[in-house]
Amino acid sequence: MTDIRKLKASNRQAGRRIGGTIVIFLFLLLLGLFMVFPIYLACVMAIKPVHELFVFPPKLYAIDPTLDNFRDMFATLSEMWVPFSRYVFNSVLVTVSVTAAQCVFASMAAFVLAKVDLPGGRFLNKLIVVSLLYQSNVIYLMQYIVMAKLHMINTYWALILPAVASPMCLFLMRQSILSMPDSIIEAAKVDGAGLFTTCWRVVMPNQKPALMTMVIFAFQAAWNLQGGSLIYDESLKTLPTVVQQAAASGLARAGVAMAAAVFMLIPPIVIFLLAQRQVIETMAHSGIKE
Amino acid sequence: MEKAKKGRLWKRIWQNREGYLMLLPFMVLFLLFTVIPVVMSLPLGFTDFNMVQMPQFVGLSNYTTLFLNDKVFIGSIRVTLVFALLTGPVSYVLCFLLAWLINELPPKLRTVFTLVFYAPSMANVYTVWQLIFSGDSYGYLNALLLRIGAVTKPIQWLTDGNYVLGVVIVVQLWISLGAGFLALRAGFQNIDRSLYEAGAIEGIRSRWQELIYITIPAMGPQLMFAAVMQIVGSFTAGSVAQSLVGFPSTDYKAHTIMSHAYDYGWIRFEMGYASAICMVLFLVMLLCNRAISRVLGRFMD
Repeated sequence: MTDIRKLKASNRQAGRRIGGTIVIFLFLLLLGLFMVFPIYLACVMAIKPVHELFVFPPKLYAIDPTLDNFRDMFATLSEMWVPFSRYVFNSVLVTVSVTAAQCVFASMAAFVLAKVDLPGGRFLNKLIVVSLLYQSNVIYLMQYIVMAKLHMINTYWALILPAVASPMCLFLMRQSILSMPDSIIEAAKVDGAGLFTTCWRVVMPNQKPALMTMVIFAFQAAWNLQGGSLIYDESLKTLPTVVQQAAASGLARAGVAMAAAVFMLIPPIVIFLLAQRQVIETMAHSGIKE
Repeated sequence: MEKAKKGRLWKRIWQNREGYLMLLPFMVLFLLFTVIPVVMSLPLGFTDFNMVQMPQFVGLSNYTTLFLNDKVFIGSIRVTLVFALLTGPVSYVLCFLLAWLINELPPKLRTVFTLVFYAPSMANVYTVWQLIFSGDSYGYLNALLLRIGAVTKPIQWLTDGNYVLGVVIVVQLWISLGAGFLALRAGFQNIDRSLYEAGAIEGIRSRWQELIYITIPAMGPQLMFAAVMQIVGSFTAGSVAQSLVGFPSTDYKAHTIMSHAYDYGWIRFEMGYASAICMVLFLVMLLCNRAISRVLGRFMD
């Protein structure tokens, strides 16, 4: 019955009735099942043996679950002349550098763009939004040209730097900081704190939810990065590139493709859960803000 | 006069030097890998460019061909608009509604539900919908319909021109609770608690009143972020359609502007023409963004 007490605790805000909360829960549950169903199906496909792929009527579970698809995927991966651990290392290196650099750089820039009135600030704010809206398949080509000029092709930099320059996280952070009261920043200024100190000591601790959301976005984008034409050295390729090769089409490989997709989904989910826990813990410890 | 003004500007710049230093690391990378490529790509729409020879200036001919002689393009405008108008607003409202409803639950459940709704946009699992909509009787939907006797023979969901756009819209909605949704969740988590307490004292009686008088006004910036993400997501969708209903889709029924640009850019290598297509799309999105920020701006103040 502790659940009901918890429900009551969360209902302390204005005019909450438990009945209403239960209705909301049931509604979300129903919609949630619809959302999860395809992912569940992907997991089932990943553990179905090949001979079960064409059973009629199609089953919502595996009669004879097996890890063959995963084994098959890893076997294909380890057949390549570069050891599997190398791909993992590449992916982890790229993902961690992108996430770290993006969170630090974008947070600082976002704070300045949101709260400091400096010449050119308005223009930069506009530029960020416009660049988000400008989607063109020619951009990759132009990025390639820029990177070639900088001699970055076929290095880790070609994967890391353009990902760090993505404006989405900055835009998110700026929007979030905008709704912070100016009084906090003024107070820090009066106390003699410079912008840099204000940003990291005053603003960012108050922006945990946005910061953690940014970590999730940055991690996810970096984790799914594929070298494409930027990386041709096998020993520099990242996991998604080779996993996709291992799962390359063919009807009998459908199970392996699903195994690959499920496998690649695990790290982002782990990061998501870790980040969310951070948010909830800070909310519990502090009354948040002012 | 002029000189004094200039002097003041330099003084303001010098006063803000710490701010500029903090902008520097991001802006250098942003300039190199986003701004310069974008600027370099702008004039390509006025050229004939096959990626091997130097671009040839052709004036407005790409644009005149697009609007006067390219029937598939005109069709793709229609598909894109139908698609964007159906997925964009619906998914935007869903993002907000779900973010809010989740916020009404106890903390542990919040994490679970946020993950459940966000997970589809996390990875490329959407190919699994091929199994559901598969045109033979092994497809889950067809098997279900056959079982309950709603149809007598399997429906070709992925190739029948009557269904392809609908199928793509369903799948797009499924993956569309992405960045905007998560940003709104963060927004809800970041709202100052004391606002609610103050509201309760001032006589706010229900969830609805709280939502309308406290939450929405405090979430303006996040709502704007979600709107931009939604515009980009619904106007530039194309890859979902390509991998689900094939490329090109039956009778171009699910052929969006982005698919058209892909067709000319990476299959026919007519990069100039593809750039022109993207430019038209960009202008449409820019207008849409204008309109939405105007509406949101009026709503917030």
